Amino acid sequence: MGHSTSHSAEPPLVTGNLSFHELTELVARHAEKKPPLGWYIAIGISSLLLVNLLVMIAYQVWNGVGVWGNNVPVGWGWPIVDFVFWVGIGHAGTLISAILFLFRQRWRTSINRAAEAMTIFAVMCALLFPTIHVGRIWVIYWTLPIPNQMDMWPQFKSPLLWDVFAVSSYFIVSLMFWYVGLIPDLATLRDRARSFVRQRVLGVFSMGWTGSNRHWRNYEKAYLLLAGLATPLVLSVHSVVSFDFAVSIVPGWHTTIFPPYFVAGAIFSGFAMVVTLMVIARKVYGIEDLITLNHLEKMNIIILLTGSMVGFAYITEFFIAWYSQVGYEQYAFINRATGPYAWAYWIMMSCNLLAPQVFWFKRLRRNVPLMFAISILVNIGMWFERFVITVISLHRDYLPSSWGYFSPTWVDVMTFAGSFGLFLTLFLLFLRFAPMVALSEVKGVTPQADPHFYDQESS
Amino acid sequence: MKKLIADIKASMGVYESEPVYGLLAEFADPSALLHAAEKTRKAGYRHFDVHSPFPIHGMDKAMGLGNSLVGFFTLGGGITGFALAYWLQWWTGAVAYPLNISGKPFFAIEPSIPVIFELTVLFSAFGAVAGMFALNGLPRPHNPLFYSRNFARATDDAFFLHIAASDKRFDLEETRRFLTDVGGRNIELLTEES
Repeated sequence: MGHSTSHSAEPPLVTGNLSFHELTELVARHAEKKPPLGWYIAIGISSLLLVNLLVMIAYQVWNGVGVWGNNVPVGWGWPIVDFVFWVGIGHAGTLISAILFLFRQRWRTSINRAAEAMTIFAVMCALLFPTIHVGRIWVIYWTLPIPNQMDMWPQFKSPLLWDVFAVSSYFIVSLMFWYVGLIPDLATLRDRARSFVRQRVLGVFSMGWTGSNRHWRNYEKAYLLLAGLATPLVLSVHSVVSFDFAVSIVPGWHTTIFPPYFVAGAIFSGFAMVVTLMVIARKVYGIEDLITLNHLEKMNIIILLTGSMVGFAYITEFFIAWYSQVGYEQYAFINRATGPYAWAYWIMMSCNLLAPQVFWFKRLRRNVPLMFAISILVNIGMWFERFVITVISLHRDYLPSSWGYFSPTWVDVMTFAGSFGLFLTLFLLFLRFAPMVALSEVKGVTPQADPHFYDQESS
Repeated sequence: MKKLIADIKASMGVYESEPVYGLLAEFADPSALLHAAEKTRKAGYRHFDVHSPFPIHGMDKAMGLGNSLVGFFTLGGGITGFALAYWLQWWTGAVAYPLNISGKPFFAIEPSIPVIFELTVLFSAFGAVAGMFALNGLPRPHNPLFYSRNFARATDDAFFLHIAASDKRFDLEETRRFLTDVGGRNIELLTEES
């Protein structure tokens, strides 16, 4: 959605010099034709993982949370690690849609749709874990202010309750943002639809959109306002998640650096996941002209930036522990780097701080296989970051008599693997049925969409 | 009153005119559409609209449309969310079920900020989306424009200008000539159930 007033000869954001109709064809046909063989193989694997997730949830609900590795010093274990991991990934979409929109980074139009979809699915995976982790899933509605026969209400002084409000508000706002963005493109699909059922279904979801300028006017305003609202929201969500830790008094958790540090980490992991998925999707669907190397390079620069911020935060934590002169705090950090879980700490450090540093070199950040490998490393590193924060801090806090050791059980591992099944199945269905690139926005950033383009041509 | 409703509907692009709905003309590119819209407004037409696959920069000015009112709906939503969150936390904590936890106040503003913030944003977003739909008159499953064969391309690569028959200046012959003069092609007469 362009707002620049003068026509300048900046390099085109989409390559191949495609006409509007060619752009429509390029994107819309993937939602219409039979998907490639690779898609069937992928969804076969992901639905197996999804079935596994359902079995694991059933097993856990039937037997109770004892089937997990959580024990007395480490009450949070993998479920909370997985929750923070997924909710972190769920930050990139709204960041790309909202913050880059406000900064007029028009290159975002090629990737925002898929990144927003990824956000929504990642937040669904995230919500799953605390929901099961409460132990009695059938009373999860107690976290919501619903009048009940006990006349009791949620405790609004608890950060865990803030989390319920933050993550669910984030989910709803992201879903609305995504859907509002989809309406003009669903109308494109509706107008191309041949079969009766398809026309009706898309007709309902596109709400009778006609591309009227009277509508675009309100639509663009609403989109701008949603972007303005989603920006503080996305920053608040991971801040509130970090309050779950920072408001407690556990050494290693009780630090004021947590909110900005968590937000940087969330953007970092989310962008890595976007790169992982986009590198595959652009290849499989042949949309390299829409998601160009320039897009990927810009993503890699953000990965380098946020990775270095996260690394800086890791080092700052050590400095503050020393500077505070609090013995417990100091021990918590020495224990991280040299204790029984030192391997996890060093995986985190090498994946998150060191690996992205290769992106200082232009040639390396334009290298597709390398960026794919780095994005996987970052995903692994960010999972371990949450493991380090949650498990290492809990397993040795104050009194050595209450120390312990945590090991996951097979149920932990299988449930986490299953959450990837849920995520990938939803993402593959999105690729199959929805326009994976924001068509109206991409058309809007092409040079020929600017009325001044034609002035120049005729003069 | 009837006129007011008709005017509000016209601002959403919903025109009350039967059986002739209006004339639809196609234009070559965004620039041609922009200039045609400007001329249409200057010729005195008010019940007209343009349709394009993406928003065209400068079109609001060319059509003489002011600022969108979505912002007021958003503000209303935000105030509702703020008030609701404040009241909810105060009433549940201090009135309905006061619970003494370590002698802390039953209600204080500081721990209430996160939930107030989240609900303010949530309800503002509800206001923005609901306001956008309301001001656009969506969802609108029935629209005489859909009877045009040509019009399906409005969401792909075609640019249309539609002058509604409900406009005071609308005259079948004269308006048709006007649309040809400003560069319109494939001019189509739209009627209910054609």
